[in-house]
Amino acid sequence: MNPTNIKDPEYFHKVVDCQYACPAHTPVPEYIRLIAAERYDDAYMINWESNVFPGILGRTCDRPCEPACRRGRVEEEPVAICRLKRVAADNKGDVKSRMPQGPFTPNGKKIALIGGGPASLTVARDLAPLGYEIHLYDEWQKGGGMMRTQIPAFRLPEEVLDEEVNYILDLGIYTHFNHYVESMAEILEQDYDAIFVGTGAPKGRVLKLPGYEEAKANIHIGIEWLAGVAFEHIKSIGKKVIVLGGGNTAMDCCRTSRRIGGEDVKVVVRSPFQDMKASPWEIEDAQHEDIPIMNNLPPKEFVVEDGKLKGIIFEKVKAEYDENGKRRLIPTGESDEFIEADDVVIAIGQDNAFPWIEKDLGIEFGKWDIPVVDKLTYQSTNPKVFFGGDAAFGPENVITAVAHGHGAAVSIDLFCHGKSLTERPDPMTNLMSQKMGIHEWMYDSGVVSDLRYAVPHEEKKLSLSDRKIEVELGFDEILGFKEAQRCLNCDVQTVFNTSRCIECDACMDICPTSCITFTQNGTEDELRDRLLAPALNLEQDLYVSDTLPTSRVMVKDENVCLHCGLCAERCPTAAWDMQQFYYNVTKASSGCLVAAE
Amino acid sequence: MSFFKPTFTHPDLPKNKIGYKKRDYEGVISTLCAGCGHDSISAAIVQACYEINLEPHKLAKMSGIGCSSKTPAYFLSNSHGFNSVHGRMPSVTTGANLANRDLTYLGVSGDGDSASIGMGQFVHVARRNLNMTYILMNNGCYGLTKGQDSATADYGSISKAGSKNPFQGIDMVGLALELGATFVARSFSGDKGQLIPLIKAALAHPGFAFIDVISPCVTFNNNQGSTKSYDYVRQHIEATSEFDFVPVEEEITVDYAEGSEKVVTLFDGSKIVLDKLANDWDPTDRYSAMSRIQEGKKNGQIITGLIHINPESQELHELMGTTDTPLNQLTEEDLYPGDEVLDSINNKYR
Repeated sequence: MNPTNIKDPEYFHKVVDCQYACPAHTPVPEYIRLIAAERYDDAYMINWESNVFPGILGRTCDRPCEPACRRGRVEEEPVAICRLKRVAADNKGDVKSRMPQGPFTPNGKKIALIGGGPASLTVARDLAPLGYEIHLYDEWQKGGGMMRTQIPAFRLPEEVLDEEVNYILDLGIYTHFNHYVESMAEILEQDYDAIFVGTGAPKGRVLKLPGYEEAKANIHIGIEWLAGVAFEHIKSIGKKVIVLGGGNTAMDCCRTSRRIGGEDVKVVVRSPFQDMKASPWEIEDAQHEDIPIMNNLPPKEFVVEDGKLKGIIFEKVKAEYDENGKRRLIPTGESDEFIEADDVVIAIGQDNAFPWIEKDLGIEFGKWDIPVVDKLTYQSTNPKVFFGGDAAFGPENVITAVAHGHGAAVSIDLFCHGKSLTERPDPMTNLMSQKMGIHEWMYDSGVVSDLRYAVPHEEKKLSLSDRKIEVELGFDEILGFKEAQRCLNCDVQTVFNTSRCIECDACMDICPTSCITFTQNGTEDELRDRLLAPALNLEQDLYVSDTLPTSRVMVKDENVCLHCGLCAERCPTAAWDMQQFYYNVTKASSGCLVAAE
Repeated sequence: MSFFKPTFTHPDLPKNKIGYKKRDYEGVISTLCAGCGHDSISAAIVQACYEINLEPHKLAKMSGIGCSSKTPAYFLSNSHGFNSVHGRMPSVTTGANLANRDLTYLGVSGDGDSASIGMGQFVHVARRNLNMTYILMNNGCYGLTKGQDSATADYGSISKAGSKNPFQGIDMVGLALELGATFVARSFSGDKGQLIPLIKAALAHPGFAFIDVISPCVTFNNNQGSTKSYDYVRQHIEATSEFDFVPVEEEITVDYAEGSEKVVTLFDGSKIVLDKLANDWDPTDRYSAMSRIQEGKKNGQIITGLIHINPESQELHELMGTTDTPLNQLTEEDLYPGDEVLDSINNKYR
C-alpha cells in the first residue's frame, strides 16, 4: 500500500466516526469534552454554530452519529451523543451575547425563504449576519415548521423550540407568518435576489380502502392531525385508537393519542417488527406507555356501522425476502383479524407537494414530483431558486435539513456575488498536538469501562396526564459527566512520524486493542489479513507509514483504536503524537467569498 | 501519564487452543521508560506463552532486582511469581523447582543481577542444568541507577556521559557454553520474529535454557558509540540461522531447501528447525558453537539465534533421581514408611 496521505483533511475526518456520520458534521468529541469540563456555554455554541438547534436536536435528533460511534464497536452501546447535547442546552447560561449581534450592515441583497422550518431557519442564521435582508414566509403563526407541527410537546417543549427559533428571528429576519405562499410566480416577480424553498414534505399519505368515505370523520392523517393537536385545534380522540404505520410519526401519533383521551391505543404495522422505520428508542418509549405494536397486518377495509367507524379488518401476512433482500408480504391464509377503533390515525408516510409552483417558471420536476436539485449547490434549474430540507430530495430529518441549509446559504452567497457555485471554499481544519509534558495530554486520555447511562424519565402516570409534560428529564450534570467520560475522543488523532521511529515495537506491544502492526508492506487485502488482529471492517481505513529502516512499514487499523494515547506515551522518540483534529464545515461567512476568489 | 490499560480488546482477537486471548497473558501497564527493550521482551514472552497454549497458572515467573526484574509485573498476571533478592533468583528458583517440578519456571534477570552480584548463582544453576528458562535482559548498563557501565558492557563501548569502558565485558553466552549449559541462545529485543520462537523452544527444553537478549536502554545506553544501542545492534547482528519451533502437536509445514536445514527433536517430541544454517558448524556440538561465537566476536559480529542445544539434556531432577511426584505433594505417609520398615533397615546393619 502507498503511505497514507494524512494531509488530506478527509482522512482524519473519517476517523471521527460520529462527526463524519453527522450530516452537519458537528464536532462531537470537542463538545463532549467541554460538557465534561462543565463548559456548557462553549459546548452549546459549538453546537449552535454547527447544527443551529442544540436544544431541539438534543431531544429529537435521528442521531445518525450514534450507530457510527466507535464505542459501539468495542462494547455494547455507543455514547449517548444526542442526550449529551441536551445537557449543554439545559445547563447553559446566557449565550445570546455570544451570537452575532445586529443590526448588521446591509449588503443590499434580498432573499426570500419559503417555509419556516429548520432548513430555512439555517439559511437565515447563516446569511443574516452577512447583511442580507431576509424575508421568511410560513403558513403557521410561528416559525419552526415540522419541529413545531409534527414533534409533540412531550418530546420537545414549546419553550425550547421558541428559544432556538427566536435566536434566529432576532437576527433581524422579516417574518411573514400566517402567510401561505400560493404562487411562486408572485415571489419571483418581487425583487428578491434569490429564493430558498424549505417547505418540507407536507402531504401525509392517505389510505382509501373500502369504507373510507363513510368513516372519514374518524380517520385522520398523521402529520395534519399532529399539527392540529399542536395548535390546539384538536383536543381529544376516541378511547380506542388504531395508528397505522411503523415510522416515527406513527410513534408520535400513538403517544399523543394516549395523552388526549386514547385509552386502548394500538399501532398496527403491515410489515415485520425488525423492518419498522421508527427509531428503536421511540418504539421503546411507545411500548413503555402500554401501546402494543402489532406486526404483519396490512389493513383491508374500514368497517362502518350506522355511518360510524367501528374498526379495521386486517389481513395476516408473513414477510419473505429474495436473494437481493427485497421484501414481499405473502398472505398466511389465516382468517382476517378485526380490530375495533373509534378513531384511526394514518401515519404511513408523507410526500413532497408543490401545487404552488407554476410549471412555467423554469423549475423542473423529476420523479415523484421532486424538484431537480443539484446535490452540491442545492440550486434548481431556475438559477435564482434553491431548495433544501425535505423539499429538496424527499423526507429525511432535521439534522439533514440543517446541513442542506448551510450548503444552500454558501451557494446563495456565492450566487448573489456572481461567483461560481461549484468552486466552494474548503472546510476549516486544524491539527494541534495535545502534548503537555513528557507523558501528559491536554485531553483526558483514560478509557473508562462504564456502560451507557439511561436518561431518567418522568413518572408515567404524570406524563400521560398532560401532553405538554416532557417525558425525558435529561441527564443531570453528574450523569452527564459520567456519560461524557465514555467518549473515546476520536478527534484526537494518532499521528505517526516515520523518520523518528526507532522500531522498538513499544507501541505495538502496548496497544490495548492490537491496532498497530509493524510488518512487510503488501496489498491492502493481504495486509488486512495478517495484522496482529485481522482488519475485517472494510469501512475503516488502514493508516500506513513510509518504509522504515528495517524495510517494514507501520500499519494501523483505525477500526477500534481507543485514542487512549498509550502508543504515544510508550514511544521514546515521540514518533507518535496525539493531535486534535478540528474540522469545521464550510459555511457562508465573511471569509467565504474571499476564499472562493 | 496513564496508570492503567483500557479494559477493551479487539473484538476479533483470536483465541488460542485452550480458549485464552493474548490479553489473558498480559500484565499491568509497564512503568519502565518508554521504548525500553525490556518491554519488547515482556511482549515476546506474552506472545510465546499464548502461542504454546500455556495455562498461566502452570508457570512461575522468578526474578531478582533491577529494571529487568520488575518486568514480571508486566506479563502473565495470572501466573505465580517470586520477586527475590538481588542476584538470588537462581537459588530461589532451584528451591521452588525442587519443591514442585510440575511448574514451568521462567526466570528473568538483568546484566547486573546476573553478571555482577549474582554471578556465582548463575554459574551454578547453569552447571546443575536446573529445568528453567533463564532470560537475561542485557542492556550493558545499570539503568536503575542512572546508567553506569555493567559487567557485560563491551570493552570500548561509549557511555552516555562520553567515557569509554576500559574493562573487558563478560560474554554470558560464552560463559554458559563453558559451563555446559544445554540450551544457549542470543537474541535482540527488537527482533521478535526470532525471539518468540526461541522463548517457545526454551520453555519446552528440559534443562537449563539460557537466552541472552540484548535489550537497549533507551534512556542511558542508546547513544552513538554504545554497542548495545538499537542502531549498533541492527548494524552488527548476524543470525546463525532462521529459527522455528514446532510444538509436539503440530507438523513441520514449511518446505526447506535441501541440505540447509537441521531439525532437532526435543525430549517431548517438539521440534526445533534451523534453516539456512551457517556452514561448518553444528549447534548440537558445544565446541563448534564455542568457536563460532569466538569467530563472530573477532569479526565484530553479534551472533544471534540458537547457538547450542544438547538434545540429550538431563535436567537436575533426573540427575538426582528424585521422585516423579513433586516433593510438595508427598504426604507424611509417603515420607515416613513406619517403624517396621525402619527396623528392617536397621536390622540389615546389625
